[in-house]
Amino acid sequence: MTAQEVRLCGLLLQEHFGDVVEKVGTHLIRSGVLTLRALAHETKLALDLVKKSLCVLVQHGMCTFGPGRRGPAGPVEYRINCERILHMLRYPRYIYTAKSLYGDTGELIIEEILQRGQMTMSSTVKTVADRLTHNMPEGQSMDYSEVVSAFSRLVETHFLQRCPPMASAGSSSSGAVDTSLPVVTQPAEPESNPECYKLPYINLTGQGKRRRSSEDGEDDQRAAKKAKTDNSQCGDEGIYWQVNFLRFHLHFRDQAIISAVSCKLDQTSSEIVRTMLRMSEVTTPAHAAFTQALSANEIFRSLPSNYNIARPILDQYLTLLVDDPMEFVGKTGDSGGGMYVVNLHRALANLARATLESVVQERFGSRSARIFRLLLRKRHLEQKQVEDFAMVPAKEAKDMLYTLLSENLVQLQEVPKTPDYAPSRTFYLYTVNQLPTARLLLQHCYKTIGNLIERRLYETKENKRLLEKSQRIEAILASLQATGAETAQLTEVEEMITAPERQQLESLRHHINKLDSSENQVDETIFLLESYINSTQASR
Amino acid sequence: MAGKGRGIAAFTFNIEALGLSRGSMPETQRGPTPLFPQIEYKPGPLKAGEDEDYMRALKQEMRGRMKDLPFNIKPHAGKGDVERYKEKYTREIKRIEDDNWTPDWNYLPKELKPQKKIIRKKRDTKTNAKVSSKDKEELLNKLDALEKKGDVKSDDEEDEAKGEKKENDEEGEEEEIEGEFDEELEEENDYIANYFEDGDDYGGGSDDNMDEATY
Repeated sequence: MTAQEVRLCGLLLQEHFGDVVEKVGTHLIRSGVLTLRALAHETKLALDLVKKSLCVLVQHGMCTFGPGRRGPAGPVEYRINCERILHMLRYPRYIYTAKSLYGDTGELIIEEILQRGQMTMSSTVKTVADRLTHNMPEGQSMDYSEVVSAFSRLVETHFLQRCPPMASAGSSSSGAVDTSLPVVTQPAEPESNPECYKLPYINLTGQGKRRRSSEDGEDDQRAAKKAKTDNSQCGDEGIYWQVNFLRFHLHFRDQAIISAVSCKLDQTSSEIVRTMLRMSEVTTPAHAAFTQALSANEIFRSLPSNYNIARPILDQYLTLLVDDPMEFVGKTGDSGGGMYVVNLHRALANLARATLESVVQERFGSRSARIFRLLLRKRHLEQKQVEDFAMVPAKEAKDMLYTLLSENLVQLQEVPKTPDYAPSRTFYLYTVNQLPTARLLLQHCYKTIGNLIERRLYETKENKRLLEKSQRIEAILASLQATGAETAQLTEVEEMITAPERQQLESLRHHINKLDSSENQVDETIFLLESYINSTQASR
Repeated sequence: MAGKGRGIAAFTFNIEALGLSRGSMPETQRGPTPLFPQIEYKPGPLKAGEDEDYMRALKQEMRGRMKDLPFNIKPHAGKGDVERYKEKYTREIKRIEDDNWTPDWNYLPKELKPQKKIIRKKRDTKTNAKVSSKDKEELLNKLDALEKKGDVKSDDEEDEAKGEKKENDEEGEEEEIEGEFDEELEEENDYIANYFEDGDDYGGGSDDNMDEATY
């Protein structure tokens, strides 16, 4: 784990789970694997706090445990899954995607499961129904069956999956295990469970309950207690569901490819690529380099009905896509009117390359970007050749190359003519390696987000007094309005915040919004670079 | 670096190959680079649109919500004197779910489970009182004995152990999660309280005959 990743993980843990979990988590990341006692001793925290923190981390899938180095008889060792912590940056994107695909119900289901790590189906359905009912006008309530159907759709398309069971694969679907087993065995990969995407049969009927005001608080509590006891009768005890991040990432990758095609070519081409990706969604394994081969006939049949393009036009579009230098689509055969595949890994590599080029362009200017692109294409070039090919005057070319070199975006390769590496008889070639440069930029991105978060915390801390005052005044206003006060009283309360303070609050809000949006945007770049790096590792 | 000219900068490679000339060297660095350097090319504007606004709102909402969930573990704050009247209602309005959330113990190693010894705990709170005063006397005796040896280190550790046991008395009646302090007392094992290898000088908590000299 690099220093920037550790720092970012620490900040994220602190934001979401508090200081205690942050301390435990950061220490565990730095040390690798530790036992419970060692962890408690080294962090100097109380044992029960450490236990609670580990429970929270395991619940959210960020920590795994297994038999230690001394074998099954020794103490259990814990290990942090850094990637999973960094996924927390992307939570808004997951929720928004669920909303666009499955509506408000889907959005709330994903949000609840993300917030709680893992949940059973019945508790999710009840919580979501209650939340939806709360937002509906008085008198209406959300039926459980609608929520159940949204949940099933999410499971069918693999966006949700069961948490891996603890015992060996032969266990029953109820998930009940002996208490001795969890210490010994490792939790398996979720995909290896054959019932990973099987919905349990639950007998759950009813409607969401509206949260009433505090007068009915007693009723609510009683109802809540009753709901808790009802849980055990729903039939899905011990079956927990978690969000399948891999599936979301595949979806984002597809979206990136489609939008790239639509930017580079046109809307119709992107529709064709979208159709191809949709058709091969279920048949393509997660880390495949190409989708399944699809014949032109199949593509023609599966195009959405509002796109009635003629068959020869489709063929022309496909030829255009194949000939495009970005190589999104490749032709693998001629049967069935031509067999076409989407080159996933190559598309990711091209998207990463475009990201790198754009970064250089935005930071160093378009001529440096031209030199960078040149070096990417031509691999190794001498100083003189760079000047000639890029059509940049010598002095400026030198300057730009050295700036890029000092930023580590360009490397120098020595090619000796004689075995003694004599400087006067050695070629010095400039080169750009895409993969290491992508990794470098990824670390820069992590550092950026860490800086953004710290700045946001600083801004909030600076204006803490003002924020608290404004919150108090809002609370007073709300309560006054609820009890029907006159406008004179309301304006009097509002005036407790002076105009310059109001301005300050406004600018603070503006800054924090900007910082938050920046985090989301940097995360998009992180996703692209991470996908590219993972795709190169998978193919090895 | 010995070179042709004493004291004149000489490079080990042929600088012509890189296209440099003596006169066109950039200036040497004088000190660290500034913290906020001037940038020539200002960054582009952020993407702005409905999607981005919605995602930003989601992010802020989630941040606020996570603070109220039971997963947000706070360090042991000192217990207030009485639970304020309004707390019950503010917690309900803000949907703060600070209560003990119990994970499914089937999925966690047994050692993470807080030791629930409810019945025994009640018994212990009474015996605690008796044991502690006896302990304190014992400790005082030990301290006197060790004072003669001038062993400062164990004094500190004795104080620590004493302080911890006092804490146990006060907090022993509270949440069941702190039952492991009971566990520590019951097991009477130095191992849990501190991890120091005390060496041969430390008398140990279970020694009754402190008059004998230790070797």
